[in-house]
Amino acid sequence: MAQLTYLEAIRQGIWEEMERDPSVFLLGEDIGVYGGAFKVTAGMLEQFGEDRVVDTPISESAIVGAAIGAALMGMRPVAEMQFMDFISCGFDQIVNMAAKIHYRWGAAVPMVIRGPAGAGVHGGPFHSQSNEMWFVHVPGLKVVAPSTAYDAKGLIKASIRDNNPVIFYEHKYLYRRTKEDVPAQDFVVPLGKAAVRREGSDIALITYGAMVWTALEAAESLAKEGISLEVVDLRTLLPYDEQCVLSSVRKCSKVILLHEDTRIGGLAGELAAVIAEKAFEDLDGPIVRVTAPDTPVPFSPPLEEFFLPNVQKIADAARQLAAY
Amino acid sequence: MAQAPSTKSHTKAPVPGAQTLERMLYYLKLTREAEARIEQVLYRQGKIVGGVYVGRGQEAIGVGSAIQLFDGDVVLPSHRDFSSFLIRGFSLREIFCNWMARSNGPCHGRDNTLHIGDMSRGVIPIISHLGDTCPVACGVGMVLKWRKRGNVALVHFGEGTSSRGDVHEAMNMAAVMKLPIIFICNNNSYAYSTPTEKQYAVKDLAVRGAAYGMPGVKVDGNDVLAVYSTVEKALRRARSGDGPSFIECKTFRMTGHSAHDAAEYVPRELFAKWKKKDPILRLEKLLLAKKVLNKKQVDDVDADVKKQVDDAVAFAEASPFPEGADTLEGVYCDDGCWWKNTPVE
Ligand SMILES: Cc1ncc(C[n+]2csc(CCOP(=O)(O)OP(=O)(O)O)c2C)c(N)n1
Repeated sequence: MAQLTYLEAIRQGIWEEMERDPSVFLLGEDIGVYGGAFKVTAGMLEQFGEDRVVDTPISESAIVGAAIGAALMGMRPVAEMQFMDFISCGFDQIVNMAAKIHYRWGAAVPMVIRGPAGAGVHGGPFHSQSNEMWFVHVPGLKVVAPSTAYDAKGLIKASIRDNNPVIFYEHKYLYRRTKEDVPAQDFVVPLGKAAVRREGSDIALITYGAMVWTALEAAESLAKEGISLEVVDLRTLLPYDEQCVLSSVRKCSKVILLHEDTRIGGLAGELAAVIAEKAFEDLDGPIVRVTAPDTPVPFSPPLEEFFLPNVQKIADAARQLAAY
Repeated sequence: MAQAPSTKSHTKAPVPGAQTLERMLYYLKLTREAEARIEQVLYRQGKIVGGVYVGRGQEAIGVGSAIQLFDGDVVLPSHRDFSSFLIRGFSLREIFCNWMARSNGPCHGRDNTLHIGDMSRGVIPIISHLGDTCPVACGVGMVLKWRKRGNVALVHFGEGTSSRGDVHEAMNMAAVMKLPIIFICNNNSYAYSTPTEKQYAVKDLAVRGAAYGMPGVKVDGNDVLAVYSTVEKALRRARSGDGPSFIECKTFRMTGHSAHDAAEYVPRELFAKWKKKDPILRLEKLLLAKKVLNKKQVDDVDADVKKQVDDAVAFAEASPFPEGADTLEGVYCDDGCWWKNTPVE
């Protein structure tokens, strides 16, 4: 097995799907000759030609709309947003057109919108957002956020094969920082299934994306203090794996919900509600959230550092909760 | 900034006098030097942590347009219109503090690059979402029209950005409402790696003006005097209530898209070709030939510009970073809000 970075894993997953299924094609800004701003599509133009790697004008609404049209015509478009921040420029097409077609008149819209999101690289307020919840609130969409290279490959492949519009969040901080053995042969990671990244018994920590790694680091150091964290990686945010969340909560009886996204309207709020509704009797303490504060993502390093959840903040929350 | 116009004072086309010509050269050089320092020195030293986008080669557009704005006018520059900020009264010190994420920069470390606004100076910056300023310019234009003082809004965007729906919606609305807006397209031939033939299917974007019902003209964006006079006509039209104009300035991005982009997709000969059209050398030559300035005076400008940039860099480097918890301040503009900003009158 080859060691692949998270970025390389996504690239390989798309590449394999392009080879496997001629209806898969790519569209986006600077994805062809340039190979994409982060080089996810590098080499694909040479391999698959101009009809399957389509460079577009700067027109997110047209990119998304065109992907919808092509999907309705039997293709499987994979549209790149150069940064996920710019997905807002295609918002109407996603939430009103793509998300509602199947519900309204039964047609399938098999398409993926993918791109880099997340902070940690001093990108400022418009290149660092975790805006997944804009879409998690829209029935008809699926929202995916892998944390490992293995998952990134398996989930992009599953997303491309899915018959629904999938918004695929790649965490740019992980692109070249995570690396692991990824099988070269075909495999998928099913949408809608969470993974327990680390077994534990005291506190269930539910998270996703780059925060999985921060959580694992915190779990490692807390273990030395005798606090055992179970780390659950949601992998898919819509639909999320309620069963996995609840069983981890029931097992540990205490829970921390962690995300890089801001607090109000973040996924932690939704999970807290479900846990309160369905596992209240199993809880031995308050449901605790560790999230970014409700501000835009700031640019200056000390500000961004303050903004982002980190090991320290998780450990503090875990200690308090353990002592509860 | 010049004084507010009386609505009558702009009926005849002014030719820039010696003083304006000198200011143009000064701002061209100051812009080039400041951006060079950011891109070629500070960025490489790791002192600018985010992205770096500069407008090398296209300085004449910002200078030739912003230099004729009056008090009360509003400019919405693109990410490559450094000069507009200088001409509207931002100091180099402020600007460098912003680039270097310092707490005393105009964004206090929350945002970077030229995302610097100040309504009292009539500057509304872009957000990264390209084209989003064009509809905003319409709102500015509406208010300026209601005030009847002959003021204008001037909004810049790239040819790539011109593909966005927001730009179309704004141009249409501005034409319908006869708003005093100048839409300036900085057509620098590449949008990131995308050449113009993959961006639009017309030869000149200028033809789009007519499609909305406004004049559309193209101009050599590397000729500051041509930019000046073309913008001047559009300004006169807007100030006297005849509505918006669209100006396509043809130029070239003499760099990669950003400091980390080597622009390998750009044929080398294009750089050589456009180097010969350098807007700064062209004006300098002209001013020497016309004896507006002598060699010694040009050298003095060069030295002065360098000194100013040195000073701004030193100032920014000595400035503190914000404190982490500062990030919680100012999300909302509450009573006594520290984020003071007075709308342009
Ligand atoms: C809506 C949107 N989509 C994509 C991007 C990413 N992006 C940043 S600059 C750029 C190219 C801009 O080209 P152009 O408008 O011609 O301006 P230039 O950079 O050439 O001055 C792109 C695609 C963005 N900032 N905003």
